[in-house]
Amino acid sequence: MDIHEYQAKELLAGFGVPVPRGSVAYSPDQAVYTATELGGWHWAVKAQVHSGARGKAGGIKLCKTYHEVDAAARELLGKRLVTIQTGPEGKPVQRVYVEVAEPFERELYLGIVLDRKAERVRVIASAEGGMEIEELAHSAPEKIMQVVVEPAVGLQAFQARQIAFGLGLNIKQVSRAVTAIMGAYRAFRDLDATMVEINPLVVTKDDRVLALDAKMSFDDNAMFRQRAVADMRDPSQEDPREVQAAEHNLNYVGLDGDIGCIINGAGLAMATMDTIKYAGGAPANFLDVGGGASPERVANSFRLVLSDKNVKAILVNIFAGINRCDWVAQGVVQACNDIDITVPLIVRLAGTNEEEGRRIIRESGLPIISADSLTEAAQKAVDAARAHAAS
Amino acid sequence: MSILINEKTKIIVQGFTGDKGTFHAKEMIEYGTNVVGGVTPGKGGTTHLGKPVFDTVADAVAATGAEASITFVAPAFCADAIMEAADAGIQLVCSITDGIPAQDMMRVKRYFMRYPKERRTLMVGPNCAGIISPGKAMLGIMPGHIYKQGNVGIVSRSGTLGYEAAAQMKALGIGVSTSVGIGGDPINGSSFLDHLMKFQDDPDTHAVVMIGEIGGPQEAEASAWVKENMKKPVIGYVAGLTAPKGRRMGHAGAIISAAGDSAAEKSEIMRSFGLTVAPSAGELGSTVASVLARL
Repeated sequence: MDIHEYQAKELLAGFGVPVPRGSVAYSPDQAVYTATELGGWHWAVKAQVHSGARGKAGGIKLCKTYHEVDAAARELLGKRLVTIQTGPEGKPVQRVYVEVAEPFERELYLGIVLDRKAERVRVIASAEGGMEIEELAHSAPEKIMQVVVEPAVGLQAFQARQIAFGLGLNIKQVSRAVTAIMGAYRAFRDLDATMVEINPLVVTKDDRVLALDAKMSFDDNAMFRQRAVADMRDPSQEDPREVQAAEHNLNYVGLDGDIGCIINGAGLAMATMDTIKYAGGAPANFLDVGGGASPERVANSFRLVLSDKNVKAILVNIFAGINRCDWVAQGVVQACNDIDITVPLIVRLAGTNEEEGRRIIRESGLPIISADSLTEAAQKAVDAARAHAAS
Repeated sequence: MSILINEKTKIIVQGFTGDKGTFHAKEMIEYGTNVVGGVTPGKGGTTHLGKPVFDTVADAVAATGAEASITFVAPAFCADAIMEAADAGIQLVCSITDGIPAQDMMRVKRYFMRYPKERRTLMVGPNCAGIISPGKAMLGIMPGHIYKQGNVGIVSRSGTLGYEAAAQMKALGIGVSTSVGIGGDPINGSSFLDHLMKFQDDPDTHAVVMIGEIGGPQEAEASAWVKENMKKPVIGYVAGLTAPKGRRMGHAGAIISAAGDSAAEKSEIMRSFGLTVAPSAGELGSTVASVLARL
């Protein structure tokens, strides 16, 4: 789960990470009022969307007057910001963050990630802030400093000092950077984050160390014990179909092909999509209907897949373990009777009670195309989608 | 032979009396698995499915000599259950639970290190379908009838894709020595490599199928080891060629976020280390058959 910059800063500030003064605004008037309340001479008005690279996309405006703050908020609010990370459809800007613009001397990078190789938390820092860490890892890996955290004791102050001195900071700055690094780590640990990125972490003329930008992602599996974080979810930043899927406890990811997929198991779902591509087609979505595919779940899956108007055929591929093919078959038949399915439907059932499941499909009298194997199912779906598109 | 479990392995079920624990324990017993009891705190001293129930894993081990456990425990409490098993001396913990926080798994793996290597617990999962040594024992939730007993090992992240491989192989008359599901989470108890090493030492395993997916470095790490050390052929497959970057595909760990995470890259790494990569998931069985034919 991702959150907005202003939310990340609020959380980090709670763990002692210094951030510039700022406040969120939902309207131009509110933005101007916020700027007057904050005081100062310059303000940054920043579009709040779940994406990096906002600056390059025109989502961050530096303002010198209240009039400019008003104009910036007017320009950003209500529009969709397209960055290199959002895709061409962009993401809606429903709030801006108005922040006191602090002049700074240096830009640093600080990241904390869950390292899957080490199976530990890794702190990454670089003196070259402001640029993408992936770029830097590629062009100048020697400029990246890293420490791995021992989970039994957590990040130690000496490790934070190693990083701070490595960044070439003076002694006054070092102690402030240590506060920022330790705070960011504690936020990561205590809030079940999977990523904290402060890019840039800036050093001001008067030796203060501030998080100028902040990004946090969280472990969905831990949200049951992080209510405050879970409440920060902003569905407007997500694909509406995925939001709908989540409400029905289904896993859905929209793609741009034309063969809708309803499959049990994440691995089989991906493999089926790949097999469709191998057969010359393109999948419209990933959808894991899960272990207990009740008739309601199957019906909800059909509705979700059909909400994508590009879909020219639907492939149902179930390998039943906990599931039983006869239950799934009943669900499919019921869904066909309840929902107006106007595209060809291909069903492949395997595993527990497969004969019974196939019999139910056969005897339903519905125009369902049956397949026995994965390859056959994918090929039939590709053929049916082509025929349907041509008709 | 087989790896990890056989018909003699004494197994307890953690979360024995819950709905899921009951359903799958029954299936495991019917398959012939040597289930010696179960654990549900507060229900110690009772009997369930004809087996004794204990309050703690330590009690269960003391009374039954249990060597392996399977957890059907809710995500919030599962790390605790796994550590309890490790502390009681259980050598193999298989965790079916989907939804354990990653930081809990990090602590679990650190906890295992408290114990000397000889008695350290091996964990399979979480978020997996479990382990089956066909014809002998099942420590999981798979449909047992799709597996034929034989000489090919399977190690897979995905449960259903592992089923797919086993069923395709059975249709071609090829059997399985042991099938292990390592699970779809970003931090798992054991990796492809852990199980390849075990298959290497099992005389009755003649070849191994390794089924990966997008995300994480484990497929690459295992492939490099295969090149240097494995004396048996390994057939590889990686799901997620059509998965977009940065999107989580169902499994918590199935996300392309770093270099080397994509299916195309992993397949290429497998090929470069001498694995035979199945061209599609529909050809897992036939690829195994062609590799076995060359032995």
